[in-house]
Amino acid sequence: MIYITLFWEFFKIGALAVGGGLVTVPFLYDLSALHGWFSPQELTDMIAVSESTPGPIGVNMATFAGFRAAGISGGIIATLGLLTPSFLIILFLARYLKTHAHDFKFALVLKNIRPVSMALIAFGGFFIAKALVHTWETGAVAGIVFLFIHFVKIHPILYICLGVIGGLLLA
Amino acid sequence: MKSLWELAIIFFRIGCFMFGGGSAMLPLLEEELVVRRQWLNREQLMDYYTIGQSTPGIIAVNVATFTGYTKAGIKGALVATLALVLAPMCVILCLANVLTYYMENPYVMRAFTGIRIVVIALIAEAVCRLWNAAVKNKTDILFFLIAFGLAVGGVSVIMIMLLFVAGNVLYFWRRGWK
Repeated sequence: MIYITLFWEFFKIGALAVGGGLVTVPFLYDLSALHGWFSPQELTDMIAVSESTPGPIGVNMATFAGFRAAGISGGIIATLGLLTPSFLIILFLARYLKTHAHDFKFALVLKNIRPVSMALIAFGGFFIAKALVHTWETGAVAGIVFLFIHFVKIHPILYICLGVIGGLLLA
Repeated sequence: MKSLWELAIIFFRIGCFMFGGGSAMLPLLEEELVVRRQWLNREQLMDYYTIGQSTPGIIAVNVATFTGYTKAGIKGALVATLALVLAPMCVILCLANVLTYYMENPYVMRAFTGIRIVVIALIAEAVCRLWNAAVKNKTDILFFLIAFGLAVGGVSVIMIMLLFVAGNVLYFWRRGWK
């Protein structure tokens, strides 16, 4: 049964890939060699597509591979397979946190880890900037956009829409 | 029921506009959950990120599951998670047959250059806004710098998390949790 195989393969990736979207890539290369649902070249293309469509690359890849293997229902099943393990783990953790919210040991460690989390978020921005900002002009534009966002408060989605318009007109 | 709908709408909307991974979702979450609805404070949002980053799965999805559960139990977790992935899934299913064409389309490329610049600026703004919630003293600044340095140096997210969690547990344990 192709659906069971799809669910299981992506379930494994979901259970093992710790630390965000790009971590899923090596797992996906293995998958491509094993099942031939997509070629390594298509996977490389997908990384680029993923950057140009909404959503995390892991989800995009699961949907695409599932679609290739078994149509629309395949795409949905593969995505659900990817999400299931972390969903269960988070549920378990969230329950634990609810009952142990006042566990001071847990709170103590969590408080000290916040700056680390913050650093990894900042790195997420740095990572995108590194790929995009090659000239001082792009850097200057990014700086101006930052100042605009910092001082003009509108919903973040509107900034993104302005980005689309700006990109179409100027890039 | 009302909060389930709200969760579905918030996370569907975030899913539609989520470009560039978990970090890029933070400004949207901060606006929706902290500023507009006050469901969470900034410290809690940072804690969800910490947990989302140190558990298997996609960070953005983990944060959605966590927020959904806190707001409306298991149903909330399910609704938030599925709402977040709904739009990305539909987009890929629609584009699957025309991927190459889509990617090489000059208008798409231009639009995404614009989006990416905004996303960089949005993440920088989110870091500014959440800075005081996460970084409170000199040790915190040091932790931030070390973690950022390690990430830039190519150390994986999970290794960095493990390192700091283990280090902190060991430190507090030796001091008798004081």
